[in-house]
Amino acid sequence: MNFKLKVWRQKDARNKGGLVEIEAKGVSADMSFLEMLDGVNEELIQKGSEPIAFDHDCREGICGTCSLVINGIPHGPERGTAACQLHMRKFKDGDTIVIEPWRARAFPVVKDLVVDRSAFDRIIQAGGFVSVNTGSAPEANAIPIGKESAERAMDAAACIGCGACVAACKNASAMLFVAAKVSHLAELPQGQVERGARVKKMVAQMDREGFGNCTNQYECEAVCPKEISVGVIAKMNREYRQS
Amino acid sequence: MKLDAKIPAGPLAEKWERRRLELKLVNPANKRKFEILVVGSGLAGASAAASLGELGYRVKCFCFQDSARRAHSIAAQGGINAAKNYQNDGDSVERLFHDTLKGGDFRSREANVYRLAQVSNAIIDQCAAQGVPFAREYGGALANRSFGGAQVSRTFYARGQTGQQLLLGAYQALSRQIALGSVKLFTRSEMLDLVVADGRASGIVVRDLVSGKITSHAADAVVLATGGYSSVFYLSTNAMGCNVTAIWRAHKKGALFANPCFTQIHPTCIPVTGDHQSKLTLMSESLRNDGRIWAPKKKGDGRKPSGIPESERDYYLERKYPGFGNLAPRDIASRSAKEVCDEGRGVGAGGRGVYLDFSDAVKRLGQDSIRERYGNLFDMYEKITGENPYQAPMRIYPAAHYAMGGLWVDYNLMSNLAGLFVIGEANFSDHGANRLGASALMQGLADGYFILPYTIGDYLARNGKGQAAGHPEFRKSESAVSSRVQKLLAANGRRTADSFHRELGHLLWEHCGMARNRAGLEKALERIPALRAEFWQNLKVTGSGEDLNPALERAGRVADFMEFAELLCRDAQARAESCGGHFREEFQTPDGEALRDDKNFSHVAAWEYKGESVDPELHKESLTFENVSLEQRSYK
Repeated sequence: MNFKLKVWRQKDARNKGGLVEIEAKGVSADMSFLEMLDGVNEELIQKGSEPIAFDHDCREGICGTCSLVINGIPHGPERGTAACQLHMRKFKDGDTIVIEPWRARAFPVVKDLVVDRSAFDRIIQAGGFVSVNTGSAPEANAIPIGKESAERAMDAAACIGCGACVAACKNASAMLFVAAKVSHLAELPQGQVERGARVKKMVAQMDREGFGNCTNQYECEAVCPKEISVGVIAKMNREYRQS
Repeated sequence: MKLDAKIPAGPLAEKWERRRLELKLVNPANKRKFEILVVGSGLAGASAAASLGELGYRVKCFCFQDSARRAHSIAAQGGINAAKNYQNDGDSVERLFHDTLKGGDFRSREANVYRLAQVSNAIIDQCAAQGVPFAREYGGALANRSFGGAQVSRTFYARGQTGQQLLLGAYQALSRQIALGSVKLFTRSEMLDLVVADGRASGIVVRDLVSGKITSHAADAVVLATGGYSSVFYLSTNAMGCNVTAIWRAHKKGALFANPCFTQIHPTCIPVTGDHQSKLTLMSESLRNDGRIWAPKKKGDGRKPSGIPESERDYYLERKYPGFGNLAPRDIASRSAKEVCDEGRGVGAGGRGVYLDFSDAVKRLGQDSIRERYGNLFDMYEKITGENPYQAPMRIYPAAHYAMGGLWVDYNLMSNLAGLFVIGEANFSDHGANRLGASALMQGLADGYFILPYTIGDYLARNGKGQAAGHPEFRKSESAVSSRVQKLLAANGRRTADSFHRELGHLLWEHCGMARNRAGLEKALERIPALRAEFWQNLKVTGSGEDLNPALERAGRVADFMEFAELLCRDAQARAESCGGHFREEFQTPDGEALRDDKNFSHVAAWEYKGESVDPELHKESLTFENVSLEQRSYK
């Protein structure tokens, strides 16, 4: 298969970027999207050009590193799938594919398709944890947790922190990310003590980082590679009101 | 050099307790005077950095990823072992110890493995308290499942994302310490050298991957938690960024590298489809709880799996190992798959694959139960292969996965270099020649939460403050790192780092993979130096050293793999026996099992770097077994 790529190239945060046309030739349908880019990069290096910088690591859809907007959709056209697990068999030979970075004020571009998502880390640092020092834990089975409750906590905890929710939102809101962590910990008995303080601190940090507000567009849920439900946002709003 | 493992005296069950009493303490007010560097933010690194921060030390933590949460521990799927015996099925610390030691084919230290089993239960308590959403029974108690090499159910799990959930627990604990100011985190920062001043590990040199700036950090102790080196095989289940660089650089500064040839090839991965492939995807070993592995009895049987009648299928693990069946340990399951394919009975493209079949389990439990247990893994399989595993059996083949070998450490997890501690997969300590499933998470967290925080205090109490950043060794290391970066950029050949890595990986997989022999290893040892020479002559790296440059990062890591690969083969050549994941074809029993040579090889092989183009020197730490009798491993 052959493709015409339009790739966002940007030297760094200070310089302006733009879309550059690059050919991807001899692509196999079994390749992942990132392997297709690997091939393009190999050719670029051979030709003496700089390879396209893009973030990636595990290539199993779990580390949350890859962050490409493909044809206008964060992580591309396949539902519930991170870009690293998207395969070229989902495209048609001869397609034009536009590849851009996450776009949000709180995620400045570092280079080409790489953005700075440290705002997410600072939101977790603000309160996305249970304050328990090593060694001071009770026997694990001493606190029973109902199966349904554990499953709900796990549904929310499945978030991989990739930031697609922010990239998809017209307000660049981080509500799905923050709410997933708030919901996960509020669901469990271990998270009760700090429940009120946690949601207040995390929301305050989210606002400080420059993320927008939620206007119920649900674009975040549509692109989430872990298919986290917007129900967690409703839960966070309840948590916030009660706190 | 005499290797002293510093194993405490006394009965096995009391050794750790004794050691903890012997260890000197640092009083709370003095802890904040000590600075500790932790390199890596996976399970071992994050748990160590968080715990040390809680104790009051000043900690700096470094990772090459953009966030500490993305370390490769996140990809561990199946679970974490602990000797809780919640299932009332006869488990105990003693049994977990015995299973782990036997699983490792008696090539690990009794005392280390026993301690690992002892602290395993506290890990589950700690993680549950952090809010890790482990799987539960309807009554609210923790659920368990079985893993290879054990006949009890002792594996705790969070769907197929156990590594992710445990890592997020540790990452959250770390984040709390960052907010409290006790830990400072450096992301997109790669350690490129260890600074050794007056015989003591005194700091590291890092390159900021965004600005390209090279700086050094001085400290009173350095902890390496930089993971394993399976990416040396190019195709592996490891993340793209996994590398040997940090431990290799430390090795070149004097740290001994132990048992590099103990590499684990995981039996259940999605087979290779073509040359374009950049990595292989693991299908959790937990699938072997309900999936049955088979291959056609007939060579070159081109029929669809559904068209092959029961009588013409060979459920070879059940046939050869009726006692453990599909839950035979990884090394044995991998080798058996290779044998079947070597006989021409493999399935799928290129005949390198066997079936993992869930049809019996679906009949027995229903599709919904299977979906609940393994849904995410089945989905992942379908995404990658385009085939629906609920309808047709999965095709699997072994792939490089885990490194049991690593830097040599004593019982206190300190290397032979004073002040250099090594934890998690980066050290060699607890898994011998083969790691059992669900034991990597256990070891990483045991080291980080419950062992290192005690032992590092003893070192600091006895040795006091380290060298300041003004020591000339810092400038020397920085300029060595700079000139190496310049050398990589200056190479103006025709081949990319990736193409060299691919060739190296192919060579290793061929001659130092699942099965090894003398002739093959000799060939590899001849070709690796030639390939390395070509690398430095014919490498092409574009871009500059002053900004984010993935081609440069890659080239630096491949350059280290080029050196390390030789040590890997040399160790495999020196170990003229078969044990665990190290299978030398010359040494096997009549029925094709690994044949150990306890008389000559019951030791840890620890290699000392002697300089470029000088042979490394082998030091042996002999392993003594006082509590178990060495047996031929049998899973029949």
